[in-house]
Amino acid sequence: MKRVYALEEYCVGCRLCEINCIVAHSQSKDIIWAFKVEEPRPLPGILVEEARPISFGLQCRHCDDAVCIKSCITGAMHRDERDTVVCDTDKCVGCWTCIMACPYGAIKANENDGKVVSKCDLCPDLSQPACVSHCPNEALIYVDRG
Amino acid sequence: MLREKYERVPSGCAVSGILDRSGRRFSGNDIIQSIALMRERSNGLGGGFAAYGIYPEYRDHYAFHMFYDDEQAREISERFLNEHFNIAEAGPIPTKKVSWIINEPMIWRYFVLPKEEKLTSSGLLSDEFVAQCVINLNKRIDGAFVVSSGKNMGAFKGVGYPEDIGEFYQLYNYEGYMWTAHGRFPTNTPGWWGGAHPFTLLDLSVVHNGELSSYGTNRRYLNEFGYECTMQTDTEVAAYLLDLFTRRQGMPLEIACKIMAPPMWDEIERMPDDERTLYTALRTVYGKALMNGPFSIIAAFNSGMVALNDRIKLRPLVAAEKGNVLYVSSEESAIIEICPKPDKIWTPRGGEPVIGMLEEVKA
Amino acid sequence: MISYVLPEFLVMRDENRCIQCQVCVRQCANDVHYLDEKDGKVKADDAKCVNCQRCVTFCPTHALTIIPNPQEFKANANWTKKAITEVQKQAESGAVILTSMGNPQEYPIYWDKIVLNASQVTNPSIDPLREPMELKTYLGRKPDKLEFDEKGRLITKLTPQLVLNVPIMFSAMSFGSISLNACESLARAATELGIYYNTGEGGLHSSLYRYGKNTIAQVASGRFGVHANYLNAGAALEIKIGQGAKPGIGGHLPGEKVGAEVSATRMIPEGSDAISPAPHHDIYSIEDLRQLIYALKEATNYTKPVSVKIAAVHNVAAIASGIARAGADIIAIDGFRGGTGAAPLRIRDNVGIPIEMAIAAVDTRLKEEGIRHQVSVVAAGSIRNSADIIKAIALGADAVYIATSALIAIGCHMCQKCNTGKCNWGIATQDPQLVKRLNPNIGARRLVNLVTAWEHEIKEMLGGMGINSIESLRGNREMLRGVGLTQKELDILGIKAAGE
Repeated sequence: MKRVYALEEYCVGCRLCEINCIVAHSQSKDIIWAFKVEEPRPLPGILVEEARPISFGLQCRHCDDAVCIKSCITGAMHRDERDTVVCDTDKCVGCWTCIMACPYGAIKANENDGKVVSKCDLCPDLSQPACVSHCPNEALIYVDRG
Repeated sequence: MLREKYERVPSGCAVSGILDRSGRRFSGNDIIQSIALMRERSNGLGGGFAAYGIYPEYRDHYAFHMFYDDEQAREISERFLNEHFNIAEAGPIPTKKVSWIINEPMIWRYFVLPKEEKLTSSGLLSDEFVAQCVINLNKRIDGAFVVSSGKNMGAFKGVGYPEDIGEFYQLYNYEGYMWTAHGRFPTNTPGWWGGAHPFTLLDLSVVHNGELSSYGTNRRYLNEFGYECTMQTDTEVAAYLLDLFTRRQGMPLEIACKIMAPPMWDEIERMPDDERTLYTALRTVYGKALMNGPFSIIAAFNSGMVALNDRIKLRPLVAAEKGNVLYVSSEESAIIEICPKPDKIWTPRGGEPVIGMLEEVKA
Repeated sequence: MISYVLPEFLVMRDENRCIQCQVCVRQCANDVHYLDEKDGKVKADDAKCVNCQRCVTFCPTHALTIIPNPQEFKANANWTKKAITEVQKQAESGAVILTSMGNPQEYPIYWDKIVLNASQVTNPSIDPLREPMELKTYLGRKPDKLEFDEKGRLITKLTPQLVLNVPIMFSAMSFGSISLNACESLARAATELGIYYNTGEGGLHSSLYRYGKNTIAQVASGRFGVHANYLNAGAALEIKIGQGAKPGIGGHLPGEKVGAEVSATRMIPEGSDAISPAPHHDIYSIEDLRQLIYALKEATNYTKPVSVKIAAVHNVAAIASGIARAGADIIAIDGFRGGTGAAPLRIRDNVGIPIEMAIAAVDTRLKEEGIRHQVSVVAAGSIRNSADIIKAIALGADAVYIATSALIAIGCHMCQKCNTGKCNWGIATQDPQLVKRLNPNIGARRLVNLVTAWEHEIKEMLGGMGINSIESLRGNREMLRGVGLTQKELDILGIKAAGE
């Protein structure tokens, strides 16, 4: 399946991926509205890990053998019809087992409501994930590497 | 307004040429009839002819055809000629009053040989010596113009329709084995007798239809080899390029034509190795001699003639053969007019030279 | 000591648009933007701003504008703000003012006073969309004539030539002055375009040897990174005598930009200033140049053309003639607007002559001496667009070198701070954090786009003139007319006035 890959050598650490992830997952999809008005503001599904000069955007790998799905106690974490690993927020109880299980640290607690996890959903409504489209240096690519 | 010589004048035109490869001589009637048919391609501001084999009695002498604006120009020029040449015969070229032909200059003819001591002290071969003298005359003497200077040939030109010019010079009284003609359509000049075609250098004559967009480049290139383009005409450029390549650099005529109208690079890339090397070298070394923009020219010299089109054929050129006779012309009709049933008639491709040589030269 | 120098720019932040995302903070290598922890707001220290516009470009809400500081001194046509500021700077530093990129002063730009011809009626214009239009260019030494045997077969063998699909090359910019990613962008674009890029005087990084077919390897007075493999790595060699931005002095690479890779490539210690001698100390005259040209030809077994690059100075025509006679195959002439990675401001802004005049003078001089056809002439020094190229070629150049426009294509915003090594666009820097900002995939693509766009425009303009091959434009000054020039300027350019 197509996944987002980070090219560490070109990541400039600007964090526009995080910002645009937030916009893409906001109600308005408008950057100023999303940041200045909307409450609660969504959390980014991508996080730039940084130890300068090294940096890269990290998000859910959508593992073939996803331990987060196995560890989910309510079945909220599941694989959808696109093979994307997603969380059904209605079923999630906020036990955070998935957070502990994820080997990449790509799942975060949603501090807005204290229970539902926040993770990359590969932007189902867009032709490619917003982080990839908005990366200014092509350091994020959306490709099928098998 | 500057006289033509001092300003570059674009012009369209008609050209025609006939060569009997056997060397048989024939009168100027045919060529006049051929060029007259293309009257629509000229506008009465220039016509001219080059005739080869017309002076067998003086075949070894350089025949100078001269235009003089006035008596003074003639005196100065004759002083110059006397200084450098032994003159075997001199006199006005016979002309006939034709009502359309006006403002003609004094038109004189001299049969000359370079003075031995002048030639020796110059250290030049006699052709080069004559060429230098012609260039000097044209450049230095105001009101004098060398119309032609080759052996056993002459150019006859002026302001008017070509058929009237032919009548004016009574070309039906001359016999030659090769004739070329030109009818001119200059765009912005009252016409100057010297500016009519053919343009000549020694026995090389060029009639030309077209306008070179590469004029500035060609002219600067020629300049490097000592040619000064004083006439501001494309015809002059074509003549000098041919002279440089064939006479001075001793190159085969076909090669010279391929320099002036070369194949496209992608065509060259598809050629077999040897050819590709040749054409790449030609274009690399002689790029500035490429004649760009529309032209069809007929260049004639004592041993034959060549007709050449620009490489994308932006001007018309048709060729035909009947027996020993080669015809080239701007239009097919101008050939059919004088040779109703040619053995072969064809339209040469852009950049494909049509070359006709006298048989005695080939052998 | 308090600094009297006022901030050159002010950072205007539209608070209605700023979302405090800190992209600007993270992108500014000059530490202009910062997050004020006390109120959680992003603020700016204007004095540090160089107006490189990295933050402006990256701000996702377009909340930033950089403006020149409107603070003026009492009006004085002579003691301008610039003049006063420069005195203040030097009174504080006691040093030469270093700057970079090309001469920005208000000298006439002759390109903009020259107009082109087009065909009307008497001569058809040619449509490049429908008919062949040839830009292929061969650079190198040409014989006076080709020799043929009695069967008309070619005997002459040509000396090595550079073959360009478009008469444009990327001018010398050294690894050191620019980043490896910038070098790689140029190398890859040159390869894809079928043209050449020039290494500059900093040697060739080991990872770039694979682009050798499209490389011109430069040899300058400092001989940085010059060894046998380097000389043989490229398609041609270039001896750099001078540079338009700083005629009379050598290259200058501040030690801050000499990191491990630059050090290894240049064969100098890390952190040391790489200052090339002003002259080549083995070239004090023209006969010495001949020796170096032939030393390089010997070293490369006569397989590569040798170019000699000089700055356009007063006597450029005579110097070019000497270079041609010394055996150079190509003469590159760099006008006074040519760029640099570091140069003393006084030299950059006051030394040298315009490339337009230089090219016209050189072409005419070589023509008068009957040797123009033997050598190739390359014009450099602020070629800003395809029309400049057409004009340069019509004035007599065979091809042009572009550098500033190439850098602008890959992100340069002309802030003229290359010498600081803090280029926010990853071009004129060796800081790994900054270098990675220039992705060579993007850099090469943008360069290919630029040259391709210019190629189309050149073809259009050529076709308009009724020319279908670039060689028929070379030195074709009939195609040019001057507007608003004095007779003397027209004479030097060898062109007529419009309407003549």
